[in-house]
Amino acid sequence: MKTVYLDNNATTAVDPEVLDAMLPYLRDLYGNPSSMHTFGGQVGDAVETARARLAALLGASPKEIIFTSCGSESDNTAVWSALRTQPEKRHLITTRVEHPAVLNVAQYWEQQGYSVTYLSVDAKGRLDLDEYARALTDDTALVSIMFANNEVGNIYPIQCMAETAKERGVLFHTDAVQAVGKMPIDLSHLPVDMLSLSGHKIHAPKGIGALYVRKGVRFRPFLRGGHQELGRRAGTENVPCIAGIGMAAKLAGEHIQDERVYVAQLRDKLENGIIARVPDCMVNGDPENRLPNTSNIAFKNVEGEAILLMLDQLGICASSGSACTSGSLEPSHVLRSIGVPFNYAHGSVRLSLSHYTTEEEVDYVIEHLPGVIETLRAISPFKD
Amino acid sequence: MWSYTQTVHDHFLQPHNAGPLKDANAVGEVGSLACGDALKLYLKISVQGVIEKTGFETFGCASAIASSSVLTEMIKGMTVDEALKLTNKDIAAALGGLPKEKMHCSVMGQEALEAAIRQWKGESPVPQAHEEGKLVCKCFGVTDAQIIRTIRENSLKSLEEVTNYTKAGGACGDCLNKIAEILATELKQKPLAELKPRPRMTNVQRMQQILKTIDEEIRPQLAVDGGDIELVDVDDRRVVVSLRGRCAQCRSSDVTIRNLVERLLREHVEPDLTVEEA
Repeated sequence: MKTVYLDNNATTAVDPEVLDAMLPYLRDLYGNPSSMHTFGGQVGDAVETARARLAALLGASPKEIIFTSCGSESDNTAVWSALRTQPEKRHLITTRVEHPAVLNVAQYWEQQGYSVTYLSVDAKGRLDLDEYARALTDDTALVSIMFANNEVGNIYPIQCMAETAKERGVLFHTDAVQAVGKMPIDLSHLPVDMLSLSGHKIHAPKGIGALYVRKGVRFRPFLRGGHQELGRRAGTENVPCIAGIGMAAKLAGEHIQDERVYVAQLRDKLENGIIARVPDCMVNGDPENRLPNTSNIAFKNVEGEAILLMLDQLGICASSGSACTSGSLEPSHVLRSIGVPFNYAHGSVRLSLSHYTTEEEVDYVIEHLPGVIETLRAISPFKD
Repeated sequence: MWSYTQTVHDHFLQPHNAGPLKDANAVGEVGSLACGDALKLYLKISVQGVIEKTGFETFGCASAIASSSVLTEMIKGMTVDEALKLTNKDIAAALGGLPKEKMHCSVMGQEALEAAIRQWKGESPVPQAHEEGKLVCKCFGVTDAQIIRTIRENSLKSLEEVTNYTKAGGACGDCLNKIAEILATELKQKPLAELKPRPRMTNVQRMQQILKTIDEEIRPQLAVDGGDIELVDVDDRRVVVSLRGRCAQCRSSDVTIRNLVERLLREHVEPDLTVEEA
């Protein structure tokens, strides 16, 4: 059966060129990049090449890039460093719609005695900039706000918010795991102090991430041990994956226009095709300001897990913010924060594309998804 | 992805008896949109009390739909008394098991079945959650009576299990302390209950106790409305009675038998008695 993969916000396919870039470091070039001998040295060169490629994608300097194991580690490190370098400050600002890699960390520090402001969002998932400005105080150690939301795709006004933080002398971190590679990010003009990203969202393998730390920002390592990454992150480097994320960053830079034009057009075709064929559905989030690859559609009176399993039978891979998919008993915190009505929130489906997605695949989903909703609605006790 | 059995997959993808039943004479509804799952169970019960036809409408995940489907197959042909003996464990077992986080789907099936039969008996069709006990979980509308019953019937040992089976405490978590108290009390009581099983009655003891209950508990209540009752026969757990006076001509005599006579005899004599009118 054909597989139509529309779950790219969960993870992406490893690009063949990325795999090719990695293979030498899984086969022959197994030296430790910290070793003094030539055999290790050439492996060290691969790490630096990757660092330069990632820095180029972001408009940063290679020395501002720290390789980590994943986006979550990058997020944890950013918060840890901000709090440890400013022990006199005891306040954090974040949002109600963050990824758990930030939200749960904020809650942890709250339990340790810190105060945390969780910024709310409106019905389209947009932040209130006045509420944000009011939340900044002399006690604020860090603002951590995602660049783009993983569930509904909303893009947040990071430029403006980072500038406001900078005026108040507050560190600004952004979790850009979903944004990197899907939209241009130029850190030479964007005044964020730290930025997290993850390899497996940009067609590199799982298990590799990076944290950008602006030059001059005081830093404390989260992982301590050896002197790797200039003493900022201990642990022998995951060289094959680092080579992979470097190549992925290079390719992402080349494909960025594809994402903005081709992928966005496909996403719009998919979304419009579904909306035209399925009554009583709505797009969650802010359609005017979101990632080009993400569509989150809620179907009234049906349940998300049931939709996903029926789609799975058709070879279509998607995600849901419904309660039943997560083992939780409530729909996603993002959909609840946005205030999506219950009769829609339980039936939300996230369709996330990549530049590998084809028009034929989009047509296939448009053809089959309406039947799935119709089947489930036929046996739903709620008909209004 | 959840690890579902092939039986769950089969019932989910090709549900049996799906859709409303036009000639249903018993309908049980449980759950709500806010809770994330709901089941409307339709039964066609014969005058002899046999479930002849079934139907269902479910809003929920694969295990909720599969639980509903398999339940409608299991109860077809059963008498209502047989059906009332079904538990959520039977539903889960018929599916080859459910993930522990999804056990509440089987409980929903059991509750919908009970609600439907209650309606058929002329009792309030309102689900047990709103009928008995004190509300514990406001988010999902779960009472202490439901929690206690689920703990006992499924031998639950942890808070997590209680949430998996009832959904109670699964949202804001404000009620978790209360649930923990209920669970602690139940876990302490359970060994005592096991050590002291309710003694079975002999036929003579049963009959004497039935007569005593009729004289002291039931007859005075019927007398208020100008009615009376006579014991006709006792055959094991089956009690046959005849209503007299104004109760004999009453249109809702069936409700009187279920809601008053059977309830009081079960309470004062044995919990598994059934009462029929001669």
